Amino acid sequence: MLQYLRTSGAAVVEALQQHVILALLPVLIGLVVALPLGYLAHRYRWLYPPLLGLSSILYAVPSLALFVVLPSIIGTNILDPINIVIALSIYTVALLVRTVVDGLGSVPPTVTAAATAIGFRPLGLLLKVELPIAVPVILAGLRVATVSNVSLVSVGALLGIGGLGALFTDGLQRDYLAPIFVGITLSVLLALALDSLIVGVQRVLTPWVRAGER
Amino acid sequence: MSLASDVAAFLGAGANWQLGNPDSIPVRLLEHLEYTSIALAIAALIAIPVGLLIGHTNRGAFIAINAGNAGRALPTLGLLSLVVIVVGIGLVPVVVALVVLAIPPLLTSTYAGLRAVDRATIDAARGQGMRELQVLLRTEVPMALPIIMSGVRNATLQVVATATVAAYVALGGFGRFLIDGLAVREYPQVVGGAILVAALAIVLDLILAGVQRAVVSPGVSGRAATGRAPHRLDVLDPSPIER
Repeated sequence: MLQYLRTSGAAVVEALQQHVILALLPVLIGLVVALPLGYLAHRYRWLYPPLLGLSSILYAVPSLALFVVLPSIIGTNILDPINIVIALSIYTVALLVRTVVDGLGSVPPTVTAAATAIGFRPLGLLLKVELPIAVPVILAGLRVATVSNVSLVSVGALLGIGGLGALFTDGLQRDYLAPIFVGITLSVLLALALDSLIVGVQRVLTPWVRAGER
Repeated sequence: MSLASDVAAFLGAGANWQLGNPDSIPVRLLEHLEYTSIALAIAALIAIPVGLLIGHTNRGAFIAINAGNAGRALPTLGLLSLVVIVVGIGLVPVVVALVVLAIPPLLTSTYAGLRAVDRATIDAARGQGMRELQVLLRTEVPMALPIIMSGVRNATLQVVATATVAAYVALGGFGRFLIDGLAVREYPQVVGGAILVAALAIVLDLILAGVQRAVVSPGVSGRAATGRAPHRLDVLDPSPIER
């Protein structure tokens, strides 16, 4: 194991860096797309069933297939990492739209009624009342999306772009356990680190939760 | 749009539907269902009892949540490669990787389903003289069933989609169309395989939705209330917000 890290340490670090970018970018893109979509589905109820159906269908498409098929749809090179970013963004949106709707739905009607009564307009109501209350539910979804993205990036290795996934294919081809073990460990640690980061963000964004515990 | 017509040609080709052909769609479908069902059955046998125990006693919730998260963080491809190196190529690595994938949604939903049951209902069940096992099986599980079933559907969706990696370690299933098509750069086959996987996932989800309708008590799902106006008491509820 140490022997492997000594000889291939630089390659491992590079794979880790690529992995972080490929996993995080889709989370950010997905959140930015899912928030307005989820709001629309919350506001206009008839949008919710078709949107939910579409996201379930998208979620059922195997990641490997999406990585391969996307280039022929959007006209990029098959080895372009952008395919991975777009594919994972699609999964993230599919997962988050539902949580955004659930989150906004978790706001008690008494609260929105009270906010409207004291003069909040729709936009202010959304930004200052509904979204903050929905934060725990939305971030719970974001945690799931982030952690599964970290795991899914490695599938891209089957196409030659997979961050830490490259260590898995490398190990399998050479019948060598060390790279696989290092890859899994780093992938899990990365997922847990990003997960704790979101938990930290949640603590900062929802100080009233802790105040209530005291 | 030549890709679309090529895909249609792949899906419609007679040779791809002959049962004698080992590379035909029906044969790959059965293989795919085999991996999926074995993995889901094992995962359910592990995750549901553990989830029931933790949800009922509310002990070890920390373990349930963290084991769920850690399981989700394990990269399927890495786990698959690891087990292949240790035990060799075969059904075992694929099943292990898919079981690990299916446990988190099953465990979390079973646990969350039980925790979501109204405490007053459980007290009432106990007050009627139900024993612990009866409280669990006749009160908690029926009421938690919608959430548990959503976990089962979620796990099925993920396992069906991910079972494609079996082909990467020389097994069959719909993944063969993806991996083989990719190897020879024959994209219609890849797209066709992807459509088959997605279609299978959707069909299984519809079946499970039917099962859910059949097993969830009308009183729990709210279907028994048909004909009455939906409850809007929550709007008027003057109780302080618990948050």
